[in-house]
Amino acid sequence: MNPVQIIEARGVPLDRSDVDTDQIIPSEWLKRVERTGFGRGLFSEWRDDPSFVLNQADYQGAEILIGGARFGTGSSREHAVWALLDYGFRAVVASSFGDIFKNNSSKQGLVTVEIDDDDLQELLALVRAHPRTLITIDVATGIIEVAEAGWQRTFVMSPMTRERLLNGWDDIGLTMRHEDEISIFETRRDVERPSLRGLFDDQGRALQSSH
Amino acid sequence: MSGRTLFEKVWDDHVVTSPEGEATILYVDLHLIHEVTSPQAFDGLRLHGRPVRRPDRTLATADHNVPTEPLSVPVLDPVSKRQLEVLEENCAEFGITLFPRGHENQGIVHVIGPELGVTQPGMVIVCGDSHTSTHGAFGSLAFGIGTSEVEHVLATQTIPQQRPRTMAVNIDGELPVGVEAKDVALAIIRQLGTGGGAGYVIEYRGSVIRRLSMEGRMTICNMSIEAGARAGMVAVDDTTIEYLRGRPGVPSGAAFEDAADLWRTYRSDNDAVFDQEVTIDAATLSPFLTWGTNPAQVAPVTGIVPHPVDDADRRSLEYMGLAAGVAFRDVPVDVVFIGSCTNSRIEDLRSAATVVAGHRVAEGVRALVVPGSHRVKATAEREGLDAIFLAAGFEWREPGCSMCLGMNPDQLEPGQRSASTSNRNFEGRQGRGGRTHLVSPAVAAATAILGRFATPAEVTA
Ligand code: SF4
Repeated sequence: MNPVQIIEARGVPLDRSDVDTDQIIPSEWLKRVERTGFGRGLFSEWRDDPSFVLNQADYQGAEILIGGARFGTGSSREHAVWALLDYGFRAVVASSFGDIFKNNSSKQGLVTVEIDDDDLQELLALVRAHPRTLITIDVATGIIEVAEAGWQRTFVMSPMTRERLLNGWDDIGLTMRHEDEISIFETRRDVERPSLRGLFDDQGRALQSSH
Repeated sequence: MSGRTLFEKVWDDHVVTSPEGEATILYVDLHLIHEVTSPQAFDGLRLHGRPVRRPDRTLATADHNVPTEPLSVPVLDPVSKRQLEVLEENCAEFGITLFPRGHENQGIVHVIGPELGVTQPGMVIVCGDSHTSTHGAFGSLAFGIGTSEVEHVLATQTIPQQRPRTMAVNIDGELPVGVEAKDVALAIIRQLGTGGGAGYVIEYRGSVIRRLSMEGRMTICNMSIEAGARAGMVAVDDTTIEYLRGRPGVPSGAAFEDAADLWRTYRSDNDAVFDQEVTIDAATLSPFLTWGTNPAQVAPVTGIVPHPVDDADRRSLEYMGLAAGVAFRDVPVDVVFIGSCTNSRIEDLRSAATVVAGHRVAEGVRALVVPGSHRVKATAEREGLDAIFLAAGFEWREPGCSMCLGMNPDQLEPGQRSASTSNRNFEGRQGRGGRTHLVSPAVAAATAILGRFATPAEVTA
C-alpha cells in the first residue's frame, strides 16, 4: 500500500451510529472476483435516496468520511474497506470502530481516526456549516485539525499501525523490508533449483516430451 | 547433535530470514494457482501497482468449477464463467503459464504438478487450496494458503510461517488383500482424529509407505489436512526418482542423474528425532468407508454402522440417514464418484477398472469417473480403461474437481447417498443434503456394481 502521512481533504458528515459492514457493502457484492469496483456497492441500500449525504452536491469529492459510534461492526468482510477506498475515501473519523474493520483498514491503508463523541459533534457541525472546509489528518503527530476554524484535536493510534501507515507497509510491505535478503537467496536458489522458464511454450505446451 | 528430519532439511533450505520476534520468511519454489482463490489476489496486486515477482515460478490451471461435460458444452453458470475468464486475463497480463479448460496439460492442480514433473523433491510448494499437501509425497514441503497469502506469494515469492512441529506416522507390516492407499489414509485419520495433526507436519514412514507407488503416497499426503496437519511428507527413494524420470519438468540425461543424487538426500537422517511418533500396524487395516460427516468416522466396509458414542455421532448418523447396527452391505447407494485430487490418477482408474471389467453398474445407480487431468484421461484411453467404464455403464468425464466440492454442475441431490473417492464428507459438501461416504477406488467400483457398499473381493471373487 502507499504510505500515508498527511491527508488534507474535505469531509462528508454521515453521522450515523452502528454502521455495520453489511450496510457498508451488502453481501450480494461478495460474489465478485475483483477487489476493485466495490465503490459502486458502497452504502448501496442508501444511495437510491437522493437526499442521502453522499448524493449531495456539496460533498462530492470529499475524501474523509465522518461517521458516528461503532463504525464498521459486524462481519469480517474486507470488502467493506475495499469499497470505501474504491469510492475514494482515505480516512474515516468516528468515536469508535469495529475491531476487525479497524484491523482490515490498517492493512489496506485506510486511516481510522478515533475521537471523543463531543469532538466528533463539533467536527460534524463545522463540516455542515462549511462543506468545502479542509480537514487535515497528520498520521505522524496524531493530530486532526480544521485550520480555518482554529479547531485541533489529537487522536491515539497503535504504534504498529502508525508505522505501517507512515511507511506504506502492508504484510507484503513488511516482507519487502527484507528485499535484499530475498534477492540474494533467490539468486542462489535459481542456480540450485531452476524455475519453470523454458519448460512450456507460449501456448502452455510442454517443450520436452513426456514418457 | 542428532540428525535432521526430512521436514527440517527442506525448511532450513528455504529460510530467507528469521527476524527476532517475527515469523520466518520462507522462499517458495513453486506457486500453483487456480480460478477460485486467485482473482482478488491479482486485483490486490493491481491496486498497489505490484508485479508478480516470479511468473516463472507460478503455474495456473482451471479446475475447481470447470464443467466436466464434453468441451462442446459451454460454462453455463455466469459466476464460474467469469472466474475462468478472469484467470485467463490475469495470467495473460502477468505472464503466467495457464492451462485453461480443454488444454492438454489441464487438470486438478494437485494432479498436474506431479505428472508434469514440476513438483520435485526438496521444494517449498504453495497453492490456494488446502490439499496442496499432496505434493509432499515427493519429499517437498507443500501446504495450502489463503487469498491474502496468494497475493503475498505472487508479490514476494515468499511466505511468512511459524515453524510447525514434526510427527512421524510409521506404518509397517503387510497390507491385507483389497486394501489400498486410501484405506491407509482413512486409518491414519481414524487414529489421529480430525485435529490430531494440528500444528504438525507429518512424515509418513515404514515398510507400507516404502512399497507404495507415488500415486498411493500422494493419496495419503493429500489427506494430511483431514487430520488437521499443515502438510504431509514422504522421503525420496527410487520410486520417487523413477516416477519423475522423463517428465517434462525434469532435466534429461546426465543432468537428471545429478538432480536425482541431490533429491535422494531428502530423507530423514537415521538419528533424527520427531516431536511425536505414531505407529499403525498394517495387518489391522481393511477396506474402509466413512459413515459420518467427518473423515475420522471410519469403519470397515464389511462391518456395521457403529453405535453412537456422543452427540456428534448421533447428529452424523441422523444427517447420513443411517441406523446403528445395520450392515453396510445392506446400505444402497445412489451415486458413485471416482475422481478428485485424492483418487483420480491413472493407478486409481486402473484399480477401479480391474474391479469393473466384465460387470454392469447396478440398476438405478449413477456412476461417474472424472480423471484428474487430460494426461490421465489420455493414458486411460490408450489403455482402454474408458471402454471398460463405459461398457459397464459409468459416465466418462472431462477432468476437473467436479463432484468433490460441487462447484460445477456435478452435485448430489438432497438425501442422495454417494460412495466417493474424494476427501471430505462434510454436510452438503457434494451438494445440499447430500450424504457422502469416502472410499477407495476399488471399493467405489465394487459398490457401483453391487449397488450397495461392497469390497472388491465380493465382485471379483
Ligand atoms: S479435487 Fe476437491 S479437494 Fe482436490 S483441489 Fe479440487 S476441490 Fe480441492
